[in-house]
Amino acid sequence: MSEAFIYDAVRSPRGRGNAKGALNSVTAVDLSAQMVDALQERSCVDSHHIEDLIWGNVTQVGEQGGCLARATVLLSSLPDSVPGLSVNRFCASGLEAVNLAAADICAGATAALAGGVEMMSRVSIGSDGAAVAVDPRLAIGCAFVPQGISADLIATEFGFSRQDCDAYAVESQRRAALAWEEERFGRSVIPVRDINGLEILSHDEHMRPDTDMAGLAELNSSFTDIGTGTPGFDRVATLKYPHLERIDHVHHAGNSSGIVDGAAAVLVGSREFGGKSGLRPRARIRSFAKIGSEPTIMLTGPMPAAERALSRAGMNVGDIDLFEVNEAFAAVPLRFMQALNVDHDRLNVNGGAIAFGHPLGATGAMLLSTALDELERSGKSTALITLCVGGGMGVATIIERV
Amino acid sequence: MADFHYDRDADGVAVISWDVPGRRMNIMSWDCLLELSEHFDRAIADERVKGIVLTSSKADFAGGMDLDVLANMRARGGGDAARRVFDGVMEFHRIFRKIELAGRDPKTGAGGKPVVAALPGTGVGIGYEIPISCHRIIAADNPKAVIGLPEIKVGLFPGAGGTTRLVRRLGVPNAAPLLLKGSTPGPDKALALGTIDEVVPAGDLMERAREWVLSAGPEDITKPWDRKGFRIPGGGAYDRKGYMNFVGASAMLSGETSGVYPAANALMSAIYEGVQVPFDTALTIEARWFSKVLLNPSSTNMIRTLFLDRKQLEKGARRSPEVPRRDMRKIGVVGAGMMGSGIALSAARAGLDVILLDRDIDTASRGRESAAAILRKDAARGKLTADKQAGILERIVAADTFESLNGTELVIEAVFEDPAVKRDVIHKIGQSVGPDCVIATNTSTLPVTGLAEAVRDAERFLGMHFFSPVHRMMLVEIIRGKRSGDAAVALALDFTSRIRKTPILVNDARFFYTNRCIIPYLNEGIRMVGEGVAPALIENSARHAGMPVGPLQLIDETSIDLALSIAKATRAALGDAYQDDDVDAVLATLAKAGRYGRKAKAGFYTYDKGGRRLGLWSGLNESWPGQSPPPQLVRDRLLYVQALEAVRAFEAGVLTDLREGDVGAVLGWGFAPWSGGPFSWLDIVTAERAVTECGTLEDRFGPRFKVPETLLRMAAAGTGFRDQ
Repeated sequence: MSEAFIYDAVRSPRGRGNAKGALNSVTAVDLSAQMVDALQERSCVDSHHIEDLIWGNVTQVGEQGGCLARATVLLSSLPDSVPGLSVNRFCASGLEAVNLAAADICAGATAALAGGVEMMSRVSIGSDGAAVAVDPRLAIGCAFVPQGISADLIATEFGFSRQDCDAYAVESQRRAALAWEEERFGRSVIPVRDINGLEILSHDEHMRPDTDMAGLAELNSSFTDIGTGTPGFDRVATLKYPHLERIDHVHHAGNSSGIVDGAAAVLVGSREFGGKSGLRPRARIRSFAKIGSEPTIMLTGPMPAAERALSRAGMNVGDIDLFEVNEAFAAVPLRFMQALNVDHDRLNVNGGAIAFGHPLGATGAMLLSTALDELERSGKSTALITLCVGGGMGVATIIERV
Repeated sequence: MADFHYDRDADGVAVISWDVPGRRMNIMSWDCLLELSEHFDRAIADERVKGIVLTSSKADFAGGMDLDVLANMRARGGGDAARRVFDGVMEFHRIFRKIELAGRDPKTGAGGKPVVAALPGTGVGIGYEIPISCHRIIAADNPKAVIGLPEIKVGLFPGAGGTTRLVRRLGVPNAAPLLLKGSTPGPDKALALGTIDEVVPAGDLMERAREWVLSAGPEDITKPWDRKGFRIPGGGAYDRKGYMNFVGASAMLSGETSGVYPAANALMSAIYEGVQVPFDTALTIEARWFSKVLLNPSSTNMIRTLFLDRKQLEKGARRSPEVPRRDMRKIGVVGAGMMGSGIALSAARAGLDVILLDRDIDTASRGRESAAAILRKDAARGKLTADKQAGILERIVAADTFESLNGTELVIEAVFEDPAVKRDVIHKIGQSVGPDCVIATNTSTLPVTGLAEAVRDAERFLGMHFFSPVHRMMLVEIIRGKRSGDAAVALALDFTSRIRKTPILVNDARFFYTNRCIIPYLNEGIRMVGEGVAPALIENSARHAGMPVGPLQLIDETSIDLALSIAKATRAALGDAYQDDDVDAVLATLAKAGRYGRKAKAGFYTYDKGGRRLGLWSGLNESWPGQSPPPQLVRDRLLYVQALEAVRAFEAGVLTDLREGDVGAVLGWGFAPWSGGPFSWLDIVTAERAVTECGTLEDRFGPRFKVPETLLRMAAAGTGFRDQ
């Protein structure tokens, strides 16, 4: 089996996910095609080596429905000979797409484009429906609660206070602001342009660098009402966690990931592909893994996913220089650091989704490119990227610079 | 046979009138269904018939399905139960769909005859599922009538099209609460809710029905769901609005029931899956879920306990037929506290005159006033007219002399739970009432045979254990003392049925039946606190097992000092055999901290100044720290400890009838109603598994989990208590 290498990676800046967001005027397929074309342009690849476009996307309805990956191929500069595959592993879709591409390379393919998109200002989160939330066999049988309740459940179960979560959020904003200030993302962020070539957005739009503890303290927790009032999800959660008398509702808009638009693309290929194309790989994919976990607490998947990926690579937590753990909610990276005994100075060193926002289908690929940039900037070698996933799943990828 | 009359008048109106012979209330049996089908075939085929009126020759339309038939359906199904049950249910759908189309071609819309349901009175269960299949429902303004679908209350859900049709008629947000609560409003309320179409003066019912069928046009006889482009009001499962309704509905149901009621879950699934497909497919889905419920032992047990057994007990199943029924007019209640006034109110509501006696007239009047307060609450909620309220209260007379008890047929003593006080009062009652008057002591713990010594003629003395709050609790535990006579027992049973409560009859022994079983439940909870099990795990596990209230909350309600005084008395009686020292140690610690329960605004829980429960006391975790057993183990301990005690009560002859064992447990202390009661629950578990699991529990936790002989025998023989 051959090894899979990352040759390049780009991402769009993230626009606020509402009607006032800069990317609200851009279609999902347009933004996807812009990222694909940018990557193509930069690496000058003979596009006939590209054997697939694997595209993460969560809410696959309307303009994001109907196999958006193939639509992206058709709108981009890629030839018709490239097929397209839309994948949905919820929040980890973008990373799952990279992993699937890597698997394709390991199975003999030459190169593939992977990544993802989510235009959350245009296609509402949840608008594709979900049996797990409404089919009584699942909703009652599996004790379904929304993710925010799950995040609060993690905080309660593992002892993270509102203070802990807010402090984490302030630090995420601080790191994000510093990263932009020092132009650490310059290599990866591709400005989004309109059909006439005019620039629409060149920077992450969601950040609030002036965030402080006092400001966050004023925010009301987001899930108290649905938890303790109607319909009372806390009671549902205690069906699975009966030792808890109550759930501490610690998460709010300021310590949870923001709703944004964005896309990212990664070029994955075999060692031979580099030779044929005259490209030097930026990193090797050491291993990747995905797992299923208990669905009510839902967001604890990163730990077992990371452990499986580490085990496949024959590595230990100590062998990883940098961690990217998606900041869906503050309790998720806090739990990751607690469970795997990882210091915060090795994790999300340039901020995360609390500051930047979380364009569901794209985030996995974005985290990968962020990790790669930072390895190169700091001269380090290995990074582990992982995301928690709706329904109780986790995905992880380990990369190593070459 | 001939459950219906059929008649066609000169105008071409066919009247199909339901009139099951020998019954006060029409009830649907299998033969009855087939006969109804034939009458509709005839009316639809007869060209002279212009329209059809379905009504009843009785005061009411119908009381529902013959639940005996449903209860037996599974057993009769034999090896291929699922197939037979499903086919049977589909036959209902086929016939009701025929009524609904009434000869109209569903494709072209041609043909068809108007069908109206004219309800003179109550129409519940299938007695509403047939009307909702008709084109219009007209009800008489009968104040006694109730109309709707109460199936969920006995462990079923409407499975003859009621679920599918009500959801399409009202939309999910309006229909689901009615179905989940089993609401059966009166005609006016039903009209306001939209479950019926018209309410008319009783005398005009048939005329109005005829008028309607003769004037109805093609639009009137086409159901909304049979029209092109029909959309379910309020949205489907994946509409923007409907979606959130479904998310909320499942969450609320899980939260409120812990998901232990198969019928409620099946109802939700039938609704959810049904709204996504055309009407006829929805009926098939409803039939699948209804069959699943009928095949589920939980539902079978709930029907048996909550309906069949309970009805039999209320009808005097345990009453000696030798004793003639006495006409009861007036009773006395001595002790006008919470229990006494509650008993007085229940009796007055049933039309009895009540002498409410206490040591002075002020105290007695305060008891009468607390009954009045309950009536006012009911009146405010529209359950009672001002007239009725006044009438009921008029029947309660406050008194302070024992002479005023003269002329009563029954006197219930409900004074403080102290043997000396009780003896004194009982003695005085015995001296003041006539020779035929039955004297009962309302006690939850004191041996009745001992108290009987206070009356000269112990034959007329017995115990009646009422539950608190009396106006809401449905059970009365009648305790036959060693010398209680059949006549007294019969009168107590009759009285209980008269006040619309359910009697069980048990023999006199420590804690009788109900407290005998509930005390171990409370003790097991307290014991686990002492072991360091997280208190939340104890309370949540109890509720998740289907208990209405956790053991620690229940102890707080009844108070720690009461628990300690019961423990003290039990220890004195049992001597060396006493096994609950570990329980008492926990109680003593709470008592020492002044935490006597809710009344002290401090117990296992903390309370605010108004007595509102805030949360578990953090001191519990500090005094008895950390253990986290698997939740299943906690649930097992809490249920087995009750069920094994029920079996022992049966072996000891305290309980002599298993129907009473199940009904008494569910109505008396809320033993996991989904299971049908402790004996039914053991049958679901199976004796074999219970023996194995209790063996393990005995090894780990002590002899209170020792398996009783009866259960061992059943395990060996592969039999059960209720399932033979």
